Amino acid sequence: MSVAINVDNVVKKYGDLTIIPGLTEHIKNGEFFTLLGPSGCGKTTLLRMIAGFNSIEGGKIKFNEQVINDIPAHKRNIGMVFQSYAIFPHLTVRENVEYGLKLRKMPKDEMKQKVDKILDVVQITEYQDRLPERLSGGQQQRVALARAIVIHPSVLLMDEPLSNLDAKLRVEMRSAIREVQKQVGITTVYVTHDQEEALSISDRIAVMKKGVIQQTASPHTIYTRPYNVFVSTFIGHSNLFKGHIEAAAGEKLVVFADGYRMTMTTLSEEAADGQEVVISVRPEEFSICREGEGVRCKVVTKVFLGKYVNYSLEFPEEMLVPNQPSIEYSQDLGHAEKLLEVGDMVYLKPNAMKINIFVADGSRSLMEGVVENE
Amino acid sequence: MLSIVVFGLFLIYPLFSLFVSAFQDAATGNWSMQNFVHFFERKYYYQSMINSFTVTTSVTILAVIIGTALAYFMTLYRVRCKSIVEICIIISLLSPPFIGAYSWILIGGRSGILTRWLAEYGIDFPSIYGFAGILLVLTLKLYPFIYLYVAGAMKNIDSALIEAAESLGCSGIRKVVTIILPLITPTILAGALMVFMNAMADFGTPMLIGEGFNVMPVMIYSEFINEVGDQANFAAAMAAIMVLITSTIFMLQKYVVNRKSFTMSSLRPMQTGELHGGKNVIMHACIYLLVALSMIPQLVVIYTSFLKTNGSIFVDGYSLDSYIRIFNELGTAISNTYIFSTAAMAAIVFLGMTVAYLTTRRKSWLTDIIDTLTMFPYIIPGSVLGITLLLAFNEEPMLLSGTALIIIISLVIRRLPYTLRSSSAILYQLSPSLEEASISLGASPVKTFFKVTAVMMLPGVMSGAIISWITAINELSSSVILFTGATKTMSVAIYTEVIRASYGTAAALSTILTLTTITAMVIFFKVSGRRDVTL
Repeated sequence: MSVAINVDNVVKKYGDLTIIPGLTEHIKNGEFFTLLGPSGCGKTTLLRMIAGFNSIEGGKIKFNEQVINDIPAHKRNIGMVFQSYAIFPHLTVRENVEYGLKLRKMPKDEMKQKVDKILDVVQITEYQDRLPERLSGGQQQRVALARAIVIHPSVLLMDEPLSNLDAKLRVEMRSAIREVQKQVGITTVYVTHDQEEALSISDRIAVMKKGVIQQTASPHTIYTRPYNVFVSTFIGHSNLFKGHIEAAAGEKLVVFADGYRMTMTTLSEEAADGQEVVISVRPEEFSICREGEGVRCKVVTKVFLGKYVNYSLEFPEEMLVPNQPSIEYSQDLGHAEKLLEVGDMVYLKPNAMKINIFVADGSRSLMEGVVENE
Repeated sequence: MLSIVVFGLFLIYPLFSLFVSAFQDAATGNWSMQNFVHFFERKYYYQSMINSFTVTTSVTILAVIIGTALAYFMTLYRVRCKSIVEICIIISLLSPPFIGAYSWILIGGRSGILTRWLAEYGIDFPSIYGFAGILLVLTLKLYPFIYLYVAGAMKNIDSALIEAAESLGCSGIRKVVTIILPLITPTILAGALMVFMNAMADFGTPMLIGEGFNVMPVMIYSEFINEVGDQANFAAAMAAIMVLITSTIFMLQKYVVNRKSFTMSSLRPMQTGELHGGKNVIMHACIYLLVALSMIPQLVVIYTSFLKTNGSIFVDGYSLDSYIRIFNELGTAISNTYIFSTAAMAAIVFLGMTVAYLTTRRKSWLTDIIDTLTMFPYIIPGSVLGITLLLAFNEEPMLLSGTALIIIISLVIRRLPYTLRSSSAILYQLSPSLEEASISLGASPVKTFFKVTAVMMLPGVMSGAIISWITAINELSSSVILFTGATKTMSVAIYTEVIRASYGTAAALSTILTLTTITAMVIFFKVSGRRDVTL
């Protein structure tokens, strides 16, 4: 039933405006695949092209080996969950879920059995005879999910389905969706701009920017080994420093602008002596150390967050890549020897195993084994 | 596609033939400006244009003043029996247009009730005929347009705007002039356009009460049915001039409104306050007087329908004679009215929903054309539409004149834009993702339209359709040109009865029409669950 999706050099244009300039991606059968990106990056556009609600101006989209470009939306056998849920307000919960099955002319008793089962899976059996306007957001969300899944679609498409829910419900529904998806084992394409949601729910994530996929990888890889500077700053926070590579005696070192140098064992072949680079350090990849070891900076603000203490730091301007909102250090309270105070001058040492090095324009990673599409 | 054909065949083609025949010399069939020259050479003709303009402008100004003032007081102050007042206003708006003229003749005409009563005391009642009569009848008939529009806009003014003005030290009359009036100006202009177009196109009122005061629709009608030689071409020329005038006004209004328009949505509408003492009494007196004046025509007509008549004269005593006579003689007119309007309504609902769907959901250059085309009926007066249809369809292979179909077509064309507009408004509020959800579940777009979109549009469209039905049963200006003996409708019958001075039967017919209108309105309020009407 479930299929793999092949997106082959697909183009989307609105008039003269190109939204997606030619995008290729392979979504595996049964996986939970998330399109993540800032608003306007084309992720919803791509999803609606797969669904058949947007025309395709170039390239091909295939379900398994079948090209679906010219198959109208209603014949693609897709299940879609909308941001606004799009529950039919004139039908009860049960009638909403039955809608797709009725169109498939399913016998009455088989339909009843299926609907009962799916209502149970999404836990809305008790509301089945209500009209949608009398349901809460989370319940409506469950109806939308049940309605999309019950028809056993080839793919399940979800367009920011949780963005209208409050924070607590969002987390709850997130695991509900994930659970139901695994149970049914259906290829799912999920669109969101919420990185935490994407990291927690997906098998693989594609990070998009301006209609181009920046990196496709598992949540863990995306976070720890981003392919470029955009991904590293879009997912979580990254502090960007200027630096260069030194290669000598089979050893590679990365040198900060203030002269601090550290040995790297994770760099790729490509990294060459004297090459200008961007050094990306996440706030939790620093640790406080003795004077002279690490980079020197000043604590500017301090925010207590419970598990962590967040400091923002001041460095000499020439050490940093320009136009960063802030340089941050997160101190894990579980391992903190002492807390810093605003105004303190400290030495921070980046963790050489964890930090990422990019080429000077930020477009590629110089880390061993990092690829654009995993 | 279908709608393109419908509009093309029944609107563009007829209009085209109208303009063609306007530029044709009747005797030779050659191209000529003769008809237009003829019109502007004779004072008798061009005076009618001036008359039309004067009376229409005066009606519009008066209706704006009365309607706006009424809306202001009704919204901001507590008025006793407000809902009854509102219902009366709506009834007077929806009642047949010429009933006003006809019953004011019964009251203040040469042998009117009031005239004769005053004459016994030696008082001369001022003449109701001519300019003053048209002004009176049309103003009373049309101020409700302004009222409904403005009252709607007033409800959308957020009280925070008023409070902001007050906190800045603005109060009383300055608050009205600097805040409220500017906020409702676009609405007033929209309402004024409706009043202007209606007053300009109205045929029944000036025909009955105008006497020597000729206006263009009457002139066009009498030249047209006066089948002597070249008159059809001349009438076409006059009709063309009229279309030119109305479209100019239409464009002008669009231009002004586009420059001034903004959207308002109120979180908290303005509170109603209470007036005290003398002011309160005066306000109530004015409102009740106005409503009484608007309702008098209806009441007079109902009353006189039960009077005994002898020819054109009412005699003492009551009877049902008038009703018996109309059921015997004019039964087909009554059934025609219901059949035609219901057929037209069905067509309007179907076309309105599908065309609105296509224009809002499947935008293309084609739908843009349809969008523009549907504006035409706003600017084409009923009598002009009647003439254009007749001119276009009185020859083989498209011989429609004299059939019921041509009357139904004229009703559809006149009302369709209104249904279209309201259907589109409903569609814009329906999220497209509902349709996409249905399609994603495997319903074809056509199936989705009928199972989801149409189902959800229907309540809104139906309530609009009822209003269309009401205006259709009351339609006179195009039917009076298109009818033949077999396709006579009630409003045409009333008109011919009044012309024959058979006032009793006319009154009985009018009563039936008024009661039907009120019944339909009750259904409308039930269906829509609303207390107001948009036209």
